[in-house]
Amino acid sequence: MIINKPPLSSPDDVGSGMPHPPRFQSGIRRRELMLTTATTLLFSTNSVLAGIVQGSLPWEQNAGAPPTEVRPGPWTYFTAEEGAAVEALVDRLIPADPQTPGGKDAGCAVFIDRQLAGSYGTAEGLYMRGPFAEGTPQQGDQSPLSPAARYRQALAALDKYCRATYAGKSFTQIPDNEKDKLLSGLEKGQVHLEGANGRAFFELLLQNTREGFFADPVYGGNRNMVGWKMIGYPGARYDYRDWVERHNERYPLPPVGISGRPEWVRKAD
Amino acid sequence: MARKLPATDVVIVGLGWTGSILAHELAGSGLNIVAIERGPWRDTATDFPPAYAQDELRYHIRHDLFLRPAQLTMTVRNGVNETALPMRSWGSFMPPNGVGGGGVHWNAETWRFLPSDFQMKTHLTERYGEKFLPADMTIQDWGVTYDELEPCYDRFEYLCGTSGKAGNIKGQIQAGGNPFEGARAREYPTPPQKQPYGPTLFAQAAKEMGYKPFPQPSGNLSQAYTNPLGVTLGPCTYCGFCEWFGCGNYSKASPQTTILPALVRQPNFEARTQCEVLKINLDNSGKRATGVTYVDTSGNEWEQPADLVLLCAFQLFNVHLLLISGIGKPYDPRANEGMIGRNYSYQVTSSVDAFFDNKIFNPFIASGAIGMCIDEFNGDNFDHGPHGFVGGGYMGAVQTNGRPLQTTRTPKGTPQWGLEWKEAVAKNYLTSYEAVTHGGCCSYRDAYCDLDPTYTDRFGRKLMRITFDFHENELKMSQYLTDRLAEVVQKMGPRQFEKRPRSGPYDSTVYQTTHTCGGAIMGTDPKSSALNRYLQSWDVSNLFVLGATAFPQNAGYNPTDTVGALAYWTADAITSQYLKNPGPLVHI
Ligand SMILES: Cc1cc2nc3c(=O)[nH]c(=O)nc-3n(C[C@H](O)[C@H](O)[C@H](O)COP(=O)(O)OP(=O)(O)OC[C@H]3O[C@@H](n4cnc5c(N)ncnc54)[C@H](O)[C@@H]3O)c2cc1C
Ligand code: SF4
Repeated sequence: MIINKPPLSSPDDVGSGMPHPPRFQSGIRRRELMLTTATTLLFSTNSVLAGIVQGSLPWEQNAGAPPTEVRPGPWTYFTAEEGAAVEALVDRLIPADPQTPGGKDAGCAVFIDRQLAGSYGTAEGLYMRGPFAEGTPQQGDQSPLSPAARYRQALAALDKYCRATYAGKSFTQIPDNEKDKLLSGLEKGQVHLEGANGRAFFELLLQNTREGFFADPVYGGNRNMVGWKMIGYPGARYDYRDWVERHNERYPLPPVGISGRPEWVRKAD
Repeated sequence: MARKLPATDVVIVGLGWTGSILAHELAGSGLNIVAIERGPWRDTATDFPPAYAQDELRYHIRHDLFLRPAQLTMTVRNGVNETALPMRSWGSFMPPNGVGGGGVHWNAETWRFLPSDFQMKTHLTERYGEKFLPADMTIQDWGVTYDELEPCYDRFEYLCGTSGKAGNIKGQIQAGGNPFEGARAREYPTPPQKQPYGPTLFAQAAKEMGYKPFPQPSGNLSQAYTNPLGVTLGPCTYCGFCEWFGCGNYSKASPQTTILPALVRQPNFEARTQCEVLKINLDNSGKRATGVTYVDTSGNEWEQPADLVLLCAFQLFNVHLLLISGIGKPYDPRANEGMIGRNYSYQVTSSVDAFFDNKIFNPFIASGAIGMCIDEFNGDNFDHGPHGFVGGGYMGAVQTNGRPLQTTRTPKGTPQWGLEWKEAVAKNYLTSYEAVTHGGCCSYRDAYCDLDPTYTDRFGRKLMRITFDFHENELKMSQYLTDRLAEVVQKMGPRQFEKRPRSGPYDSTVYQTTHTCGGAIMGTDPKSSALNRYLQSWDVSNLFVLGATAFPQNAGYNPTDTVGALAYWTADAITSQYLKNPGPLVHI
């Protein structure tokens, strides 16, 4: 019967029967929790522990998890050759024009490199159990390859293809119009790479290149907010109350990123 | 082996919208309540403060606030003769994870269903005759009426502080509101949000065509509001990082901004986070739940005995847990038997893209639920006789975001990369607009959920398999709604526009909505429903199943106002009837 039961003892005296610390996680553990994805939590045994919340909100000072800023510097995932090829690729997908730099100068290759070196690259969090069968297009990507592995495999295959087709030249060495033809061929599934799915690679590369062009500069791409300036997007602003009813008028303020604007924060170098 | 914990009165599986509402309502009765939530605790100040909440890559593209498929996913296929394969990453819908559930990252479009939606089968049969409905369509009446639910809708909206304009107060049609809505007892708690340029133009065009446009009811608040629990929300700043994001301003109605601060103060309430319920336990008779078994992050299993089990894990996981736990009989479409998994339905959306010269829309000035809509083509608000389909949806200009990875529209035929793409994006970003339709989805004999024969989760439990495709009725509906929408858009004066009606087959890789419905539906009879009119399991009377799981089919609106109303409806039934006399509340 539900009624007239003695109240359950408070979590502090339930003792060893309870999953974990009686109060909420400590500041440090809380921080770990924020920085790690739910999956790692689930699969690792001691990074984060189940929590109990009772009596008050489990508020902790400075417990937020802002993104970690990507720093310029050498490749973290790509080899030098891979990095050069990706720079050339992103610069054809988004070429420079008189107003706006291309993918390379916008930092798209650096963005992709850092993404592949992290949890995105390893497909952490995705369902990667077998069997791996090919399905209908509506069933989505069924490949066992992580994004990082797909890049490695496809870049090697692309290099091989280029050297065989263009008299020993790599992708970076062929003229722009040949690069474009090759990319078109990959997009349409007309160019076949040996040992890699060229079309799937093209789609992934295009998606990641756009990410590098338009994501917050904190991730290493969209350098100097060039992608946002190109379209007139004010970025990470958070309050438009004064402009919502200014119809058909261009918003006057320049973009800001999560870490502010270069003019504000980058002077110390 | 699971270690057994001291018993509690009530265990709640999942601390999202319905779990929070039930916990708060039952806490007043003095029962000891334990809520078990598989995801982390989430707070505005720590998880999505306005310092970095506005991160499209992290939250929208990389799905930071959502469940990870590695933890649990489902398999999908379009028909009974296909082999289902796992959703390895999310696409068509976004399963929630963490305290607040979908309430954290929803848009907060807060719609009531039409009175006739609750009696869809009876209403349509009376108006058009039985033969008008396709033979394999399995729509049903709900077993509860709009009038019964009205006070519950009112409570959910006053909890949230919903911003809107009433169209019908106690039968009196109100200028500026939705004249088709069911009668409501009083005005919305707060006035409508301010409208940007696009919705304003849409409303003008619609009005000129004789329609009655009105502001979409929004859980992004137009002004500060203190709800009956004493929790205060702030005004929305039209930040444009709403759907898929948590709100850094405390201005989107969510369990965090409306209930949890009050709930955690209740001495008889406790939440356990990062604990995933693996199954509901039954006694030997199979007719009584004894509690749940869950696993914590160290991999330890615990058994939590309880007298009353409230399944609040979201539609998909409710159905999965029922199937895994062996509650009721799994649905078999061939034999047309069994109630668990039956009548799975979804939502049918479409859009019209329009490209203008000399109009600046500032798409980034947006909120999850802002917009101007018309309801002339929803439910049975128009005569379906000449059209050969049933159902409908609302449509309008709903300005949810101008985030550049999601919202850089280019006219059809534009290359996807290269200089031409770049120029087209730069040219059309501020000056293009997308209007949308949001249509219902009927239920069918061959659209259902069961356990997958092949794929398992990390514990070896079978994944849930979804078998679903759009039927001709819905595709015709989408075409018709999109055509009507395009007429209004055309009147807004674009240089060109493109209709994008929903077409088959159902594609699980393309985001549509997270409005999955059904699988354990409510009704008047255990032969045609899994739950009675109070969302109590017919099979296990100390188990209630909350959420859109109970919808016999989906209406042409977003589900959560109705999900919230049903949560109050169930809470009332438990406190006023069940606790006095635990057992079945409906006898057949
Ligand atoms: C991007 C997005 C936009 C949306 N926009 C709208 C909108 O504008 N209007 C609208 O009406 N609706 C909208 N929705 C839908 C809305 O979020 C849901 O209808 C609502 O949250 C459902 O409430 P619920 O209580 O059933 O589930 P939820 O609020 O999702 O809560 C379920 C909880 O259960 C937990 N859980 C699940 N399984 C387990 C388990 N085994 N053990 C422990 N815990 C578990 C989950 O982690 C989650 O916290 C949207 C949803 C999404 C994802
Ligand atoms: S649009 Fe409004 S309600 Fe939504 S996240 Fe931004 S401030 Fe919050």
